[in-house]
Amino acid sequence: MSDALDVLDQVGKWKNSGKGVAVATVITTWGSSPRPVGSQLGVDESGAMVGSVSGGCIEGAVVKEALAAIADGKPRLLDFGVTDEQAWDVGLACGGKVQVFVEKVG
Amino acid sequence: MKTETVTALQAARVERRAVVLATRLSDASETLIYPDRAEGTLATDAALLAAAHRAMEIGRSETVDLGGQKIFLNVYVPPARLIIVGAVHIAQSLAPMASLMDFDVTVIDPRRAFATDGRFPGVKVMQEWADEAFEKMGLDSSTAVVTLTHDPKLDDPALEYALKSDVFYVGALGSRRTHAKRQERLTEAGISAEQFARIHGPVGLNIGAKSPAEIAVSILGQIVEVRARRLEALAGPKVVAA
Repeated sequence: MSDALDVLDQVGKWKNSGKGVAVATVITTWGSSPRPVGSQLGVDESGAMVGSVSGGCIEGAVVKEALAAIADGKPRLLDFGVTDEQAWDVGLACGGKVQVFVEKVG
Repeated sequence: MKTETVTALQAARVERRAVVLATRLSDASETLIYPDRAEGTLATDAALLAAAHRAMEIGRSETVDLGGQKIFLNVYVPPARLIIVGAVHIAQSLAPMASLMDFDVTVIDPRRAFATDGRFPGVKVMQEWADEAFEKMGLDSSTAVVTLTHDPKLDDPALEYALKSDVFYVGALGSRRTHAKRQERLTEAGISAEQFARIHGPVGLNIGAKSPAEIAVSILGQIVEVRARRLEALAGPKVVAA
């Protein structure tokens, strides 16, 4: 929990310095997944990250969507890791499934 | 997420207040739900409030489906707090390890030579009697208390105070013999057998710990276990397949 708050501390700092910011949050998990529900990743307009929504496996894809959310202001719901094979494709080697909500801050 | 929401979540942490952020996934409209009120643009009905309060109680974030709307409830609870009574050698291992585990750590000892910031970098140190320090801090159900001084005049008032509060863990360093004597003294002070039974003593999991760092591991292991079992119990019995 305090992890998530440390993410929000950095998000607050980015906002205060006038940057565009988005927050991605793990909202559902199935099977083994590296980070629990509620885990957050903050992303600024330059692509800088704070926190995590996986063990590093899906962050790249999430950052891309976060930048799009900063640009158009629309929230997004992302699904990762449907099968073990697909998990390899997106990088969720554990074979778990995770749903991530991405929204712009502000 | 609104910028004001970020600010409000940070304020809740500083004030050690629990809060749930409810977000409707279709449009990201949101409301902060506190134990006694709600603030935000997402309308709250009885069902949403009940779900949020339950999530807060068991400390677990989840997505709920209310009347066809998917709403994510993100629970922000204050970090668990570990209060160490006795700025002794074991405390010098226990404090940094507990900090790594995201505990908000305070070390209390009235003895000037022990309670120095230099011995405990990065954690709060209070040079006070434990019961007086507890009075100021307020003990709650996300707090654990461990006494390490071996000295009854320092440990006993701390234990008496802690046992009358709803802290989730009380541990006291000392052998079985020390613990039996402790029970005699605390019984005389008006602590019931039931209250005394809440003390984990001798403190820590029995892993054969010898060094201060090993004892710190055994204490933290026990605190993690007690907290996890309690949350499991609050979350309700698991459904067992026939």
